[in-house]
Order: sequence, then C-alpha cells, then structure tokens
Amino acid sequence: MSIHVEAGPASAESATAGLVPAVAAIGVTKRFAGGVVANDRVSFDARRGEVHALLGENGAGKTTLCNILTGLYHPDEGEIQVDGSPVRLHSPHEAQRSGIFMVHQHLSLVDSLTVAENVVLGWSRHRGLRYTPRQVEAEISEIAARYQMQVDPHARIWQLSLGERQRIDILKALYRDARILILDEPTTVLTPAETEQLFSSVHEMVAAGRSVVFISHKLPEVLAIANRITILRKGRSVTTVDAAGVDVRELARLMVGHDMPAGRVRRAAAGSGTPPADQRGVLELERVCADGDFGIQVLHDVSLSVRPGEILGIAGVAGNGQRELAEVIAGLRAHSRGAIRLDGAELHGGDPRAAINRGVAYVPEDRMGTGVSPSLSVTENLMLKSYRRDAPHAGPVLLMDRADAQSVALMEQFDIRSRGPHALVRQLSGGNVQKVVLARELSSQPRVLVAASPTRGLDVGATEYVHGVLVDSARRGVGIMLISEDLDEIVELSDRIAVLYEGRVVGIVDAAQASYEQLGMMMAGAA
Amino acid sequence: MDQFFTSSILTATVASGIALATPFLLASLGETMGQRSGVINLGVDGIMLLSAFASYYVALRSGNLLLAVLAGAGVGLLMGIATAFISVTLKAEQGISGIGVYLFGLGLSDLLFVKLVGTPLPIASLDSFRIPLLSQIPLLGPMFFQQTVLVYFAFLLVPVVTFVLNRTTYGVQIKAAGENPAAADSLGVSVARIRWSTVLIGGTMAGLAGASLLLYDGIFQQNLTQSEGFIAVALVYFGGWTAWGVMGGSLLYGLVGAVVLAWKSLGIIPLSASDLAATAPAVLTVLALLSVGRRFRQPAVLGKPYERGD
Repeated sequence: MSIHVEAGPASAESATAGLVPAVAAIGVTKRFAGGVVANDRVSFDARRGEVHALLGENGAGKTTLCNILTGLYHPDEGEIQVDGSPVRLHSPHEAQRSGIFMVHQHLSLVDSLTVAENVVLGWSRHRGLRYTPRQVEAEISEIAARYQMQVDPHARIWQLSLGERQRIDILKALYRDARILILDEPTTVLTPAETEQLFSSVHEMVAAGRSVVFISHKLPEVLAIANRITILRKGRSVTTVDAAGVDVRELARLMVGHDMPAGRVRRAAAGSGTPPADQRGVLELERVCADGDFGIQVLHDVSLSVRPGEILGIAGVAGNGQRELAEVIAGLRAHSRGAIRLDGAELHGGDPRAAINRGVAYVPEDRMGTGVSPSLSVTENLMLKSYRRDAPHAGPVLLMDRADAQSVALMEQFDIRSRGPHALVRQLSGGNVQKVVLARELSSQPRVLVAASPTRGLDVGATEYVHGVLVDSARRGVGIMLISEDLDEIVELSDRIAVLYEGRVVGIVDAAQASYEQLGMMMAGAA
Repeated sequence: MDQFFTSSILTATVASGIALATPFLLASLGETMGQRSGVINLGVDGIMLLSAFASYYVALRSGNLLLAVLAGAGVGLLMGIATAFISVTLKAEQGISGIGVYLFGLGLSDLLFVKLVGTPLPIASLDSFRIPLLSQIPLLGPMFFQQTVLVYFAFLLVPVVTFVLNRTTYGVQIKAAGENPAAADSLGVSVARIRWSTVLIGGTMAGLAGASLLLYDGIFQQNLTQSEGFIAVALVYFGGWTAWGVMGGSLLYGLVGAVVLAWKSLGIIPLSASDLAATAPAVLTVLALLSVGRRFRQPAVLGKPYERGD
C-alpha cells in the first residue's frame, strides 16, 4: 500500500487520480470494554472512482470500521486518511464535512417529512434560514436524473418503499457532494430490479470520480460491483484482492477461513432421512382459514401436512400469508375455520402455551421483536419457554447458577458466541441471536418446528449453521415447516415444497422434481 | 334568549371570546414549537402563573404596562431555561418534571403575592387599539379590530409559526428532532440545541400568555390561571400540532367561554347552575379532542429525551 502523505493541496489534483486514495484506514485498532477487539490493525484504502468492497461475516468488524470512518467511534490505534492527510473525526457531521457519507442499514430518514425536507435537513445549498421547497425539489430532480434514480421529491418518506428510501439516503449524500459513500448491506432491502438500478447509480457515481465503499456478505454481488475487495475476518483485514482475479469459492474461503462444503446438504439427495410418503403427518392443517391484522381474511382453506423427519418448504413472495400461517400454528393467531392437528389431536387456535406444551417450536420472522427479548441475558432468553417446567428451581425461586450452567452447555452445543451467559442478547450479532432462538426452541424436544425466514440477514457462515441445525433436527424426527422467501434455501433444504399465493396453497411439489420455472410461475400466481 | 341575539351583544361576545382566546393561543403556539421538537412541557400553567404575577407586580410598582408585559415574557424565558435544563440537558421524565414546574410556579406566585403585595389592588388595563379604517367596519370592526396589541400580536404569530415550521431550515430541524432525532444528529443537527431553543420560545410565549391573562383580568389572585395552561397543552393536541389548528381550538374555547359569560350576565343561565356552566368550554374541548384529535399523529418521540446511541 503506498500512501503519499506529503501530497499537498497544490499537487493533489494531478496526483490523486491513481496514487493517493480518497480514503484510507491504516492499522486501525478498536477495543471495547470487556476486552473485545472489534478491529485489529485493519487497513484498506479506496481510490477515487473505485468501488471498494468490504467483505466479511457478521461480527467480522465491518460495522465497527464503518463507525470509525463515519466518526461515531475513535480508533485506539491507527488513523484515517482522507486524500492522504490524516483526519480526526469526532462525529458523523465531521466525517460528512470531509466528504464521507454512510447509507445505513437502518436508514436515517425522518418518516413524516418530505423527501426535499429530508435532503435539506442539517445542510442546505442555500444560505440563510429560508427553505424553498420548489427550488430544492428541482435540485433533487436534477441530481436524480444524473445518477439514474427515480425520485419524487414531493413524497413523504412513509409513503416510500425501503428501496426508494435508500435511494433518498444516497441522494441526500450526493446533494451534499459526498466524495466517499459507504453503503452498508444496501441490497438487503432491495428487489432484484432495484438492485440493478442501484448498481447503475453506483457506476455513475464512480464514473464521476466518487468512491464507493460497499459492505456486504453476499459474494456474487460483491464480485459484480466491486473493483477491489478487502476481506475482513475476526476483526482483521485478511487481504485485498482484485475482483477480476477471484471467484466465489475463493472469496468464500477467504471470508470464513476454511473451505465451505461443496454445495449445501440437500435433504433429498441425502436420502436416508426421507420419510415414507404414506406416513401420517405429525402436523396437519385442514382447510384452515384466518384473518390478518386488519380483519381481512388472509388464509384461505390451507391444507398442509408435515411428516416426522420431513422439511416442508413454504415458498412464496412476501406478504402472501406466510407470517399468518406461522402464527396460526404457533398459537399466536386464532384461525377462523378449519382444523390444526398435532399427532392427530386437535390443537385449539390462539393459545401459544397450549402449542408450546404440545411440542410446537417456533422461530419467528421478527427475530429481535418476537424471537428474543433483547435486553435480557442469554440465559434468561434460553429459559423463556422452559421456565414453567424444566428450569432449575427451588420452590418459586429460580436457581440461576444452575440455569447459567445449562445455558453454557447450550451455548457450546449451538456455537453461540458471546461474552458469556450474562451477555445481553441485543449485544450479540444477528447469527448468534438466531442461534439463541434455535437453541431455546430445539432444547424443548419439539415435535414440530416452524421456522420463518430463519436465515434472513445472516452471513454465509451463520446461514450454513442454521441450515445444518434444521437438517439435523429433521433427521432426528422433528417435522419442520420452513417458510422462506429465499427460493434457493427452500429448494436446497426441503423434501416437499408448498407454494403460497394470496393465502392459498397453489401447489405442493416434490423438491427433487421441482424446477425453478415451475415454482416461480406458481409464486407469481400463474400456475 | 332573544336579548342575546342582538347585534351589540353578539359582537361584544365575539370580541370578548377573541380576547379570552389570546392567552390560550400564545401559550399553545409556544407549546406547539416545543412539542414539534419532541419536548412536552406540562409546566405551562406554572410558568403562566409566575409570569402573571411578575407582570402584576411590575405594573403595580411602575404603572408601566409595557414593562409589565416584558417582565412576564422575561420570567417566562427564565422558566423556559429551567424547563430546558431539566428536560433536555438532564433528560428528566417530562411528564413528571412538568408537574414539578407547575407546582413550583403555583406555589411561588402565591407566596410572592402574599409576601410582596398582600392586599390585591387592581391595575390599569391595557387599552384596546383601534386599527384605523378596519375598526370602522360595521360588526366586524368591533369584533376583530378593537382589541389590545397583545391580541393582534398573538394572532399574527399564527402565520409566523406556520412559516417557521414549514418554510425554514430551522423548522425542518425542529420537526426532525421530534420525529427522528437520531437522523437529525447524524446530519450534524444538534438535537439538544434545537430543543433548547423551542423550549425557550415556549417558555417566553407562556410568559406572554400569563401577562395577557393578567392584563385582561386587571388583578392578580391565587391560581389566577385556573389551569388554563393545561388546556393550552391539550389544545396543541386538538390542533394537530399546527398553528392554524391551535388557533381554531383557542378560538373555540374562548368563544364558548364568552358565550357562557354573556348568558350568565343576561340571566339565561341561572346563578345556581353557573359553576356547572363554567365547565362547558372544558367539556366541549374534551369532546372535540375525541373527535378531531385522532386524525393527527403526534411527533414520534414526543416526551422522550434523546440519547445518542452506540
């Protein structure tokens, strides 16, 4: 890495183009209380006109590094350079004055304000107090056109989709003439078409001499968009590679530090676990109907059966009744008609405790909101369902020492990485939170597991792990209903696949014979 | 009833309704600014009381009503400083600290009144200012254009507050601080500074409200406001956090109050029921709040202190 610190302002213009990076982190180390080293001598640099990807699993130190780049944290060692000069960034605002802007996963927009108001919040091109909507709206449209973004400057943020909001956040940075844009997992909230649009905007930005730092754990898209890739692992920058010179396998190996299993375990191919087709379902739904949150019927005559040891995949585009289906089985939502049977005996709706007692385990889609109680410790979260029966107690008093010992065992078994059983769950990474949920649900020896989007937002390693747990559980005879929008995941793990469309089961196919075309047609309501 | 529907009584009633609405309007416009930025100040009534006393005392000693108004505003500003320090800097629970500010104002104004004045003496009242030409219009002139300067000032503030909230960068920052302070913070907007400023404005306006109430009554007494400051807070909800809505609420409240007064003096309401009738504006406001208030969404972080996350 060649850093020309001496390049003064006079020579900068000509010299910067290739030599002096727009932004560089040099030997950045960040330690947190409790001895966690989030960044350990991390270095990388992004040139002008370059898309530089930061690739790493959750917990690899990407977020910490970004928080340092945007002035939220101060590095304990090392420094940040902008255009070759060291800078001390004490706040996001100072970073922005150096031209560094971050587009967050949790977008920083004010819902009730218009697009134009959000854009001028905190900084306006015009001096003085006066804010003239029409003028700002014209400027926004002009920038949007230049970067191939479709934007209605007059809309209020709450009216916009997540993809549109992200566009506004980027536009806000461009309005302030951002020279370095940090995009944090930008495609998580985007549809494939929106991702294409984002990528062409990114191309326009780098063509205009800006730099884009692209954070992701999705290998194909990193390869598609980045010029160079810096891989982070366990807080260290492992290496920086040219995107042109690597493939997905190589990247994956660098990211997780060992070779990944070639192709995921596919249940159908594994053979041994596949249950006989005539076996009775452990969970059976017969013509189940249920209403949604707004009193409108969202499930129509859903009939499904999950056999012991089977993974039944539920495919479908989001919002076609998947969440309600999961909630009905878990007892969180009463069904209006039809019957749900567990081991042949009817399960009455709307009673989560009955469902739990009968052996229904549930991994909810909303991990932090429903799956765990973020402000409680790992031990407490692990006990949340078993405290009535299995938790170690003396009379009404819980024996926390023994509960901690139990949870340490579970943490070992499920590879939950935290500072210990007393760590608060909200301090854990997404993958570890999901492992806490799985550990709790599976430790109760369930008959049935309903897993709703169990790998959403998880990195490759954690996703692999969750998949492994699901396959293992099925092998041990648990009937699993896997609800996911990720069709790859459904196809790779399921024995059979049911497709939901507008609250109806439009078809059930054998995973071994399923084709993407067929499933895609069914999901779109065309079959 | 017929005696009420004469043009002279009706115009006088409307005129006094507008005058009665003025303290509410001043206080609730200021409270609107604070609430839009995310701070709820329940101490308005206490601020009004203390300011009313300051106005009264200055008027009594100096005879100068301009000084009296300034004293009210000044005490309001001081109380605003205290409120901002408690609510913004110390990040206190605003529902509780506001009640503390209220009780402080209630108690201190009474104590000072007893210690410094003792026997209540009336002060000169603020002369009404007849706006040339406009005040000559039949009916409308006596209703609207023969009021005191404080009334004109309060109503002129309505478009001013609207403009500030919607057409200035300061207004955008206020709204952002009340809706998503983290976003504002990340863009270099100091949430604390914005909230300090709106709470100071709110305090000053509550001070002016106290002064205008005092000058309308012409004399101070214990608990002069009779909790009007709390009504002013409610009117902010009623008005959907907009200046025009707040004005509508204040006028409704003032006019109903004026009608009740007129009916009492005309004997339409018997003396025995007069206490009951005095509750009419409050009852009406509650009913109106129930029907209108829900259409509006309150600022997302109203009453929540802002702490920078990790």
